[in-house]
Amino acid sequence: MEIKQTAMAGTLESSDLQIVLSQGTKGIEFDLTSDVAKQFGNDIKATIKSVLDAYDIENASVKVVDKGALTPVIKARAITAAQRALDLKDQPNWEVL
Amino acid sequence: MENKVNREIPDQILNDYKYEGFKTTDFGNPEIQRVAPKVTAQVGPSKVVESVKKVVSETLKDGMTISFHHHFREGDFVFNMVMREIIDAGYKDLTLAPSSLTNVMNDIVVEAIQKGVVTNITSSGMRGSLGDAVSHGALKNPVIFRSHGGRARAIEEGKVKIDVAFLGVPNADEMGNANGMNGDAAFGSLGYALIDAQYANKVVLLTDSLMPYPNTPASIKQTQVDYVVKVDKVGDPDKIGSGATRFTKDPKELQIAQMVNDVIVHSPYFKQGFSFQTGSGGAALAVTRFLRKAMIENQIKASFALGGITKPTVDLLNEGLVSRIMDVQDFDKGAASSMKNDANQQEIDASWYADPANKGAMVDKLDVAILSALEIDTKFNVNVMSGSDGVIRGAIGGHQDAATAKLTIISAPLVRGRIATIVPDVTTVITPGDSIDVVVTELGIAINPKRKDLIDSLSKVPGLPIFTIEELQQKAEKLVGKAEPLQFTDRVVALAEYRDGSLIDVIKQVKD
Repeated sequence: MEIKQTAMAGTLESSDLQIVLSQGTKGIEFDLTSDVAKQFGNDIKATIKSVLDAYDIENASVKVVDKGALTPVIKARAITAAQRALDLKDQPNWEVL
Repeated sequence: MENKVNREIPDQILNDYKYEGFKTTDFGNPEIQRVAPKVTAQVGPSKVVESVKKVVSETLKDGMTISFHHHFREGDFVFNMVMREIIDAGYKDLTLAPSSLTNVMNDIVVEAIQKGVVTNITSSGMRGSLGDAVSHGALKNPVIFRSHGGRARAIEEGKVKIDVAFLGVPNADEMGNANGMNGDAAFGSLGYALIDAQYANKVVLLTDSLMPYPNTPASIKQTQVDYVVKVDKVGDPDKIGSGATRFTKDPKELQIAQMVNDVIVHSPYFKQGFSFQTGSGGAALAVTRFLRKAMIENQIKASFALGGITKPTVDLLNEGLVSRIMDVQDFDKGAASSMKNDANQQEIDASWYADPANKGAMVDKLDVAILSALEIDTKFNVNVMSGSDGVIRGAIGGHQDAATAKLTIISAPLVRGRIATIVPDVTTVITPGDSIDVVVTELGIAINPKRKDLIDSLSKVPGLPIFTIEELQQKAEKLVGKAEPLQFTDRVVALAEYRDGSLIDVIKQVKD
């Protein structure tokens, strides 16, 4: 699916994560900022990638500022951002949830 | 070689720096030859010199070892004042040997390293921009980290030979009689600085408050002091110690404190005349409050409280629940100001407090120690030095020393954000698992399997969940996920000594 609009989800509070999804052309491109990037950077990217895959998003620029979020939080923020970016926020994709 | 906590210590480090690997927490009864300082005799009538610049040029040469204390903590003006003169005068190859380094000292130390002014450092710890610089290989030689007791030992044995000690004091007379209790920048106990005053070849006092001679009580004596420098201000009173101590309202910290208290109260050590040491963290302060209630209910009084002192401990002294406070440093104003008014709050130096190489340290008589941790591993080894990213950001302090208590409790949350506190292997071993007895987290406790007696006495306590340390580690990992291992280069940037002077671990340069 094509991203229709730049969308954001999440906050910059501790244990949260803020994600901004915008249109891209060269696959999924990450820009990740996290204090735990050394230990969990790849895991965070993989978690978000799996959500984007579920929405069939193939091209996107993904800006992530992580504040030590646990995996369920990362997933929730990614889903919300995807729904908003695809302009599906009134029709939640239950299969993904 | 691999030492007794399974850390690989490069042979080159052992040879170059003449170390043995850590073997045991038991110090034994070796005979030790101490060193004595060189004394330059003088008769006065005054040791006052007009400027830091003058005293630096009269005392300092390239390659010397200089020291400072950290009793002013984040309110320290003296360190920057002296280091500025030293850097501007263009000295080279100095060894910096302070009792510890606080954040306010970071930038000027980084500058001194970059300019080649400082090429060796030994300290209790470091953090912030300095820890970051050292972890990225800024310093030519590895930093040597020592506990407060270990520093006293190293100075007494001559492993650290201080040429010039620059000691800030909130008051002094013209001959160098000084204490930490009076004056605008009073901080209470001078515990760590007393070793420097006793063993440095040249002792320089810096004060903003010249008192009529003779100034008493004198913790540092005129017999030890070479120079007295009058400066405008030695420190910022608001940043020396925190103001009024507030008890934590964090439910997680309170839960941990409650369980720490349960462990103490149901241990064999909670009896008339017991002794304890608590740190300054949120949970540790809350423990003091729970302990107070338990002591009143059980009509039990403590013989002494030890170490770094806070107002809640002073309150116990005032209530008669603690007979003596043995005070090596004060963390807040309440503790600092009470020392001058209460003879039962005794100032002790770092050797008396925690040095294994003397005729008996206070920690040897300690029943209960409550300590914190950045990481604890399934062998009960504790890291208080390197952060979750492998960068130096901590201090040994009295951790290794107090951990020799009969009951050593580590209080720590199971996870901090996404970082597990209980891990399969700590990044840096600072305190060996052999000296740790109980780990308390908000989910429950783990008891060192070597302490079968404690397992027996604590297993019947209602509301005190007991897990193995492996179970706690797995719970943490389930919550945050499995972390990727940190990447280091082969270059050693810091050495961590155990309190006996053996090498317990090395810290390597981080790979970014």
